[in-house]
Amino acid sequence: MKRLLLLIAFILAAPLSAQDSLPPAPYAYKQLDDPRQEAEAKALMETLRCLTCQGQSIADSDAPMAGDLRHQVRVRVARGEKPEAIRAWLIERYGEYISFKPEVTSSTWPLFALPALLLLVAVFVFRNKLGKKA
Amino acid sequence: MSKLRWTLWVPLALFGAFFVLVASQLMNPASTTVESAMIGKPLPEFALKPANADRPGLATSDMRDGQPRLLNVFASWCVPCAAEAPQLSALERAGANIVGVAIRDRPEDVAMFLAQHGNPYSRIGADDLSEVQVGIGSSGVPETFVIDGKGIIRYQHIGDIRDQDVPMLLEKLKEAGL
Repeated sequence: MKRLLLLIAFILAAPLSAQDSLPPAPYAYKQLDDPRQEAEAKALMETLRCLTCQGQSIADSDAPMAGDLRHQVRVRVARGEKPEAIRAWLIERYGEYISFKPEVTSSTWPLFALPALLLLVAVFVFRNKLGKKA
Repeated sequence: MSKLRWTLWVPLALFGAFFVLVASQLMNPASTTVESAMIGKPLPEFALKPANADRPGLATSDMRDGQPRLLNVFASWCVPCAAEAPQLSALERAGANIVGVAIRDRPEDVAMFLAQHGNPYSRIGADDLSEVQVGIGSSGVPETFVIDGKGIIRYQHIGDIRDQDVPMLLEKLKEAGL
């Protein structure tokens, strides 16, 4: 009986809310009036990492903090700030990790150099083979 | 067959190495904490309204009076924030001046949280749009920053403060006061 009661209690228990009860930031879900500015903001939001759900961009995530970041991005774009300046502002705070846009840095250059190198090797091998046949 | 050279195995070996690398990274995902890049830099300019009735709000100018402080980013809806409350009280008893930044919180919820878990804060600012949080490079709650008397961010502690973190934070606070 005790077990049954416990079981019922567990079933009825409301999950503890781990989210805030504040409404989303004004520009979290509201687009800018100027379609050109909204397009700029949207393109930037798609290349910024959500810090709560790190595999998603802030454009994709419904986490409150992603909403607050979308608000920041839209307000700054509306103010006339350049998207790349906003990206730099965020990188200054969180490091390169917040940006999904690939940049050539001291740690990422092999990603750009290796394909070129492999292509060169392939051309070299290919020419050698052809040369032998001729 | 005798002409089979060892170099023929190189691509397979490379593939094997690649496979092992990918498999090991899949099984052992990289750390997901995002550290602030603002250590050593001044606090951004802000002036937050009070988060509840019995403590004043928080502005950057409050943090430049020569006294080092702990800046605790918290929220009433955050479970680990409740877990670190006893450690914050211990820090306050040890003489730390703690200011709070309440993220996306309602005054009545903050009041209830403080009534339940104690109030170690001398000031609490309401950060309804996470602006200060983003401004100091904090990526979640709770986080605790050491701010020196000139308003420079000296140290960031990510996650709830455990027992063993209390002496470490007091040490960091002392260093910031030198």
